[in-house]
Amino acid sequence: MTYLFDILMIALTAALINNFVLINFVGICPFIGVSKNVGMAFGMGCAVTFVMTIASLLSWTITRLVLMPGAPLSSFIAGLFVPEAQAATIDLTILCYIVYIFAIAASVQFVEMYVKKFYPPLYKSFGVFLPLITTNCAILFGCIKIMTHIVGVDNPNDIWDLGKALTLAVFGGVGFTIAISIMAGIREDLELCDIPKPFKGAAITLVIGGILAVAFMGFTGMDSGIRNALMPAPEKAAMTGQINNKPTTVADLGLNNISINKGVTK
Amino acid sequence: MADQPTAIERFINGILPENPVYRQLLGMCPTLAVTNGLKPAITMACSVAFVLLGANVVISLIRNLLKPHLRIVVFTLTIATFVTIADRFLAAYFFQMSKTLGPYIPLIIVNCIIICRCEVCASKQSVFIAASDAIGQSLGYGLALASIATIRELLGTGGLFGIAILPAAWPDWVIMVLPPGAFITLGLMLGLVNWIDMKKSGKNKNS
Repeated sequence: MTYLFDILMIALTAALINNFVLINFVGICPFIGVSKNVGMAFGMGCAVTFVMTIASLLSWTITRLVLMPGAPLSSFIAGLFVPEAQAATIDLTILCYIVYIFAIAASVQFVEMYVKKFYPPLYKSFGVFLPLITTNCAILFGCIKIMTHIVGVDNPNDIWDLGKALTLAVFGGVGFTIAISIMAGIREDLELCDIPKPFKGAAITLVIGGILAVAFMGFTGMDSGIRNALMPAPEKAAMTGQINNKPTTVADLGLNNISINKGVTK
Repeated sequence: MADQPTAIERFINGILPENPVYRQLLGMCPTLAVTNGLKPAITMACSVAFVLLGANVVISLIRNLLKPHLRIVVFTLTIATFVTIADRFLAAYFFQMSKTLGPYIPLIIVNCIIICRCEVCASKQSVFIAASDAIGQSLGYGLALASIATIRELLGTGGLFGIAILPAAWPDWVIMVLPPGAFITLGLMLGLVNWIDMKKSGKNKNS
């Protein structure tokens, strides 16, 4: 029950409460660039979700097996050269950014080949945007967020397993799709409006993005509300011990709007 | 190489005519995320400057060895290396700041400005020109970040660097330091820049 509940919480947080685009500001470039019509925006969202899932799968595996302190594979290889006690402490986390960007580039290449082979019309409509996903911050952001829940976690039980990592990736992508599709819908109607000339294009998109972000702020505190409603009393008491259960208020958010990213399950 | 801009032109171009944020619309994610205070904004600008300078110099030094189809990979790896250095440095000497900036320092890797500068300038021109281009671009980036951060922090908390400036009667516009404030401020600033642009070019036509 607790595990399922954690998964639900991670999904909700990634998709709505800490929406990747509107609250964490990652993936702004496609948000402005590709949000001209709904079909294309939705396609882009799907592509990002897909790539993000594969990239997180890769990065979770690499982090668990090779990068984290005392990871099995790297300590095994090191054990061939140095004494075992020294090999067990080997820590390659410093390499994580380089490895992640490689994993992302590889998964983009894979998706490109797959889409080209099986969905040629979709491939044509993506055009230049598919390779651009490599430099989409949202995917690297997802990978790093998963890393922070594996490396440097004190309690071994709190380390995220593959299920949680994939949930974050998929629902982060869903959140991205939601945001970009809403934006595209608004921009389609915006074509008919009389916008002041200097604001045409990116400027008005950003202002509308701001208003959308206000709307998404409304989801703040939903997680603790659901926790209170769903959790049976004894488990709730156990949970309050470890997790900060107080609802996040607007003022709270103002003080640490960047530090929201620290705890997804907060 | 006659048609390539010189070092000084590159330097000046970076600051206003080709400002990375307002003109090229590059590197929006950190621009929006770290501008809720002047301090994180300046730290971010310094990190970007370091990474951009390092990447530009290295790419420019090895530009004759680059194969066209592999160049993006080489760019990304060079950038990732410098970002790792910057990240470790911040974590060692400015721990609190590194906690505040969180994932946005590693996200410099996928910041389009740096790849764009490597592609446009460093992979074609000599080290000196590439370095001056990097400094000009990062100055422009820093100015843009600082301008947005000043507006947001001043209106949102009534002070700069945590020191109160506006009178105590000022009602803090908390929304300005929240995510929506970032979008709205940047949108209005962009509109303002475009408006000044249009006025200028209109005058030139008339005179």
